Amino acid sequence: MRHIISVMVENKFGVLSRVSGLFSGRGYNIESISVGQTLDPTVSQMTIVTSGDDNIIEQITKQLNKLIDVIKVTDLTEFDHVEREMMLIKVQPRVEHRAETLRVAEIFRGVIVDSSAKTYTIQVTGDDKKLEAIIDLLRPLGIKEVVRTGKVAIAREAKS
Amino acid sequence: MKLSGAQILIESLKREGVKYIFGYPGGQVLNIFDVLYDEKDIQLILTRHEQGAAHAADGYARASGKAGVCLVTSGPGATNTVTGIATAYMDSIPMVVLTGQVPNMLIGNDAFQEADIVGITRPCTKYNFLVKDVSDIARTIKEAFYIATTGRPGPVLIDLPKDITVAKTDFKYPEKVELRSYRPTVKGHVWQIKQAADAISKSKKPVIIAGGGVIISGSAAELKEFAEAAKLPVTMTMMGLGGFPGDHKLSLGMLGMHGTYFANMAVHESDLLIAIGMRFDDRVTGRVEDFAPGAKIIHIDIDPTSIRKNVRVDIPIVGDVKDVLKVLNKTMQDEGGHANPHRKVWLDRIEDWKAEHPMDYEQGDVIKPQFVVEKIYEITKGDAIIATEVGQNQMWAAQFFKYKKPRTWISSGGLGTMGYGFPAAIGAQFAFPNKLVFDIAGDGSIQMNIQELSTAVLHNLPVKVAILNNCFLGMVRQWQELFFQKRYSSTCLTGTPDFVKVAEAYGAVGLRAQKPSDVEGVIREAIKVKRPTFMDFVCDQLEKVYPMVPAGAAINEMLFRPPDCPPGEKLICKTVKQELKCRCVRAKRGM
Ligand SMILES: Cc1ncc(C[n+]2csc(CCOP(=O)(O)OP(=O)(O)O)c2C)c(N)n1
Ligand SMILES: [Mg+2]
Repeated sequence: MRHIISVMVENKFGVLSRVSGLFSGRGYNIESISVGQTLDPTVSQMTIVTSGDDNIIEQITKQLNKLIDVIKVTDLTEFDHVEREMMLIKVQPRVEHRAETLRVAEIFRGVIVDSSAKTYTIQVTGDDKKLEAIIDLLRPLGIKEVVRTGKVAIAREAKS
Repeated sequence: MKLSGAQILIESLKREGVKYIFGYPGGQVLNIFDVLYDEKDIQLILTRHEQGAAHAADGYARASGKAGVCLVTSGPGATNTVTGIATAYMDSIPMVVLTGQVPNMLIGNDAFQEADIVGITRPCTKYNFLVKDVSDIARTIKEAFYIATTGRPGPVLIDLPKDITVAKTDFKYPEKVELRSYRPTVKGHVWQIKQAADAISKSKKPVIIAGGGVIISGSAAELKEFAEAAKLPVTMTMMGLGGFPGDHKLSLGMLGMHGTYFANMAVHESDLLIAIGMRFDDRVTGRVEDFAPGAKIIHIDIDPTSIRKNVRVDIPIVGDVKDVLKVLNKTMQDEGGHANPHRKVWLDRIEDWKAEHPMDYEQGDVIKPQFVVEKIYEITKGDAIIATEVGQNQMWAAQFFKYKKPRTWISSGGLGTMGYGFPAAIGAQFAFPNKLVFDIAGDGSIQMNIQELSTAVLHNLPVKVAILNNCFLGMVRQWQELFFQKRYSSTCLTGTPDFVKVAEAYGAVGLRAQKPSDVEGVIREAIKVKRPTFMDFVCDQLEKVYPMVPAGAAINEMLFRPPDCPPGEKLICKTVKQELKCRCVRAKRGM
């Protein structure tokens, strides 16, 4: 099963390679990993998307916790949470498809962040489904390049 | 007063109580060695290879319980320690490895003797540091010792660029360490411990499996109290040898691939395993799916990742073994969990297994390696520190010597590093100058760090190396004999030097035993001379380690000694296209 694990780490050099080395060394797979500073500049937050059966996920979280630089590990899959990913898509449509391209971007609340005589670059944010959907619609129009950030996720606050 | 980085380093090591550093100099550590030149409280022991230094620091740590320290130069000096670091890592041995590095401004330039040792050792250290500023040295040393020796211990490496050993700053050694991201769990969960106590009092066929954690946490006394009070039979992993007296009525000896018949049968038939400070290595479990099929498993370990990694666990208890055993003993006592009417039946059953297949061998006209190990045990009355190499020698040393106390068995378990034993024995002898220290060795393994004879001779360390010379990489040959139709591919060691002459050339003592009747005299002489000694025991070439659980089998599916091989069987040594005759060839050549 797919899991999304949030890892709070010391913001030091080498930490990313300790984490990624743990995954490669033990044969766990990483679907995506994203890292960024938190409000506290000495702490970074990693979001790792991985998959495996319960035993593997248990090992992954334990092994992450064991790393000296890891402060906290949360398997967000167990909680109600929000996941987002950003994607930049460079589209090179034929002249007759330029309007259609812009319409698709609009439907997905994409933003045109760059345009040239032949291309548009669209920025979209969303969950997996949304990103896959826009790719499906744009593909026949001529996608030149896709770049994705990998997921970030955060737990939802309990509503009361 | 301002001190140089090199001075700060040595001052910091003093604060950590370091007496010996095992090391080797080079360009990037010149400043540190220069400080050591005048140093009185810390002695640098110059080994003859950095691998030797790392293993010696490890052996010192295993014998004494204190962190071993090792200091080498950058590049090749650092990479030479990697096997030693990985060995210590696999066996959870506290060690601090100091490596020189090229100056900060050259890092990343492929400078002369630059190696990214922090990158190289990341997966085989508990933690490692690259110190970029002189003002970080003291704190880093403090943290390194703290990390190396607490929780599940392990090696920590500190990489020191040359410029920071020269730079100066004020020295202030931190009083304590505060690491928000490192807080090992020490206290076991009380409810879980209660569950464990309940399960133990209900169990009909319980077995304790004691691992290296018992030794590391210093809980041999608590384990003995536990086992004796509840009459629980105890088997040990290889790393656990010495954690429970091997000559105790409740001891089943070692379990696993070359474990005793009775230990393996007891574990297989058990209804409750109490695993203490061990990690269910594949050498212990055999085929995992069939491991102890009827047993509930209680698993006590300080490292949560060890729990449920390889086998199912019913009652996990994360915590320091000593802490947990203390609470468990108390809980069992309070709840009267000790009286159990089934225990006698179970212990009797184990006695039957002991009678069915005791650990034995037959001593004929050629020296049997097991006989040598038994003689060492008899003569020392078990009061010795035994280091080992790897291979058959290691297994016989584990099987035929009864370790009575913790830290008397020093052997590379997890990594199985040939060449470990001799330098480790040297480290152990530094920790205990007055104890008898042996390295039980193979003719292959001893050649992997034989240069450390110089170190032993220079410091007049009475380390006694018992070479069980079978002319083969015996353990590999055993697998070839049993599973590869006797195709002895590259396992014959023709070309081995005369170990007596080698010892003598280094200024050590060389002794040889050709026949069984020589064995005792040679051992006694080695003990008497109080100098580094090589004992060359010309052993049966075809002897095998039994029982044996073949790869992929369950631990109750053991192979036993078949009828002896016909005398004079021919061994084809492909390497040099030579025919060796089993057993007697070397005796005739007078080697
Ligand atoms: C550094 C290293 N290389 C290779 C091996 C694989 N290996 C395991 S046992 C063994 C044979 C050891 O031969 P020897 O030291 O003569 O011991 P014996 O088994 O004959 O007692 C080998 C090659 C190892 N454990 N370590
Ligand atoms: Mg051999």
